[in-house]
Amino acid sequence: MESLSNKKKVLEQKPLNLAERMYLPAIARGLGTTISHFFKKSATIRYPEQQREFSLNWRGMHSLKRDEQGRERCTACGLCALSCPAEAITMIAAERKNDEKHLYREEKYASVYEINMLRCIFCGLCEEACPKEAIYLDGPIVPADYLRKDFIYGKDKLVEGPLDK
Amino acid sequence: MDINFVIEKFVLITILFAISLLIAMYSTYAERKVAAFLQDRLGPDRAGPFGILQPLADGVKMFMKEEIIPANANKWLFMVGPGLAMLCACIGTAVIPWGQDMVIGDRVIPLQVTDINVGLLYIFGVISLGVYGVMIGGWASNNKYSLLSAIRAASQNISYEIAMGLSIIALLLVSNSLSLKEIVEQQHGFNWNFWYQPLGFLIFMVCAFAETNRAPFDLPECEAELNGGYHMEYSSMKLGFYLFAEYINMFVSSTVMAALYFGGYNYPGMDYIAAQWGPTWAPLFGTFIFFMKIFAFIFFFMWVRWTIPRFRYDQLMNLGWKTLIPLAIANIIVTGIVIALTNNF
Amino acid sequence: MGTSVFYFVATLSIFFALMVVFAKNPIHSVLYLILTFFTFTVHYVLLNAQFLAVVNFIVYMGAIMVLFLFVLMLLNLNKENEPNKTALLKVVGIIAGGCLVVTLIGSLKSVSISSPLLLKNPSLGLVENLGKELFGPFMLPFELSSLLLLSAMVGAVLLTKKEEKNNG
Repeated sequence: MESLSNKKKVLEQKPLNLAERMYLPAIARGLGTTISHFFKKSATIRYPEQQREFSLNWRGMHSLKRDEQGRERCTACGLCALSCPAEAITMIAAERKNDEKHLYREEKYASVYEINMLRCIFCGLCEEACPKEAIYLDGPIVPADYLRKDFIYGKDKLVEGPLDK
Repeated sequence: MDINFVIEKFVLITILFAISLLIAMYSTYAERKVAAFLQDRLGPDRAGPFGILQPLADGVKMFMKEEIIPANANKWLFMVGPGLAMLCACIGTAVIPWGQDMVIGDRVIPLQVTDINVGLLYIFGVISLGVYGVMIGGWASNNKYSLLSAIRAASQNISYEIAMGLSIIALLLVSNSLSLKEIVEQQHGFNWNFWYQPLGFLIFMVCAFAETNRAPFDLPECEAELNGGYHMEYSSMKLGFYLFAEYINMFVSSTVMAALYFGGYNYPGMDYIAAQWGPTWAPLFGTFIFFMKIFAFIFFFMWVRWTIPRFRYDQLMNLGWKTLIPLAIANIIVTGIVIALTNNF
Repeated sequence: MGTSVFYFVATLSIFFALMVVFAKNPIHSVLYLILTFFTFTVHYVLLNAQFLAVVNFIVYMGAIMVLFLFVLMLLNLNKENEPNKTALLKVVGIIAGGCLVVTLIGSLKSVSISSPLLLKNPSLGLVENLGKELFGPFMLPFELSSLLLLSAMVGAVLLTKKEEKNNG
């Protein structure tokens, strides 16, 4: 068939000459290539001790944020659960008591807030849906575990630590 | 018999045995480290600093694993196989001269277990015996795949033994002796046999790679492509023995190459060192140099393994029979002619 | 010490040789044969024939017996496919074996115990002396036997070669 584009290159296979048939020069060159890698910086790191920097748009484990006075921002509106395409988020709302004003910002808060990390696809839609800027996927990699029940993260794991004074 | 003589030899043998096992142990570690460095990785580094305890962890793992003897296997031969492989690997070091005679006080201690005057042939015999461990193990497993790989391994070993023997003959023409001690003594200083027998060395080295089942000749035990190899049915420390024997073989063949072609414990400037350090410490330094050469060869074995892809079986046989053997014969003829000419004129 | 070692090794070699014959499994038979050869190697060493010992070690134990094993392992000899031994075959076997025994006994009777042969040179078996002997007085037979081996090898290669089609 005639090539229409004129881009076709015919591979020429010449018979090997003597030096090529001895393979020794080729082997020497191959050894040179591998030994050059011996002195190169390794591409891997010792993972749990050393960690690479995440990229700017990295989405990791969720965290429930506090405001500047250390009160939880979440008001248990349920928009995150609604927006979640993987149905990973559930919560139970509760009303704030009077003596809990320093704990929760809004009058309604989430008494239980659970994310199933096996369902979560880390799409970040909950982050976008949240009207109170309460949830962000800015955590590290979600670690592996042995039991399914251990992948359901409650508030104990999700809520940010209390602010330092 | 002199009781000191017995003690001397006993100590020497114990040290040699310990060193062979230690080097084989750390060869497994070095292999993984070298592989990692050549591939821009870190390699094992969890057990101890830099992973230095990794071989111990591996050893414990091997011992703790469940031991399985296949139902219809020949139980006795199944156990004899790995033992034989290990035995043949270990006895090779007996005739290697590890250093010049050491003088402690007024006692001369030869750093060699025994200097038999057919030492080179002894090593050759031990190598040829190594096939049995593989064949018996492969057959006794009562598994067709094991048997086929055992036969593949055995035919590879026998084929390359021939070229190896022929390459040694050319060396013998140069050295005029079969005793390893004498061969090494002749290479005093920098007068190494390699300068006289470069082609012979090349053939010998290729055959050594094939005899030790190292890449690119590792068809007998390529676990990924051609089924597990002759030790497919083996588990636990029996498998460990086979793998271990391979590393000891690598150590022994590195030793033989260093002794035959690269001067063993000889190094340039050895007379100066001998004059400075006296007859007790200078031989030990020679032994140290010898071990450096051996480690260089072991490193080369590993370097090649992570560079060159594996041969196909027909390529392997073609290389052995149609290339190496004719080359070795030509090498003998040329060496013979040159020696005849230089002696007569 | 030498004689006691000799008797020990000689007993072993006879034992292993008998085991070669009596072993049911042909593979075991070959393995016993290898052990027999090993005891022979020890005998050669005792006789101060080092070269012969090592060559026996390399060639017989290391090469020829490996080929034996090769063939036997591939044959897959089982009890089921063992050929039937008819009564006639057994009788023939007994007659043949008996003839051999009679011949052996007859020949042994005619041999009187000769005076032990003393080598003029006790270290004849060392490599250097053996080489000088082989390439000196026995040059012609040595070279002729090498020619014989070469012709055998060429014959073997010829037999394995497939007959080429007539294509000019």
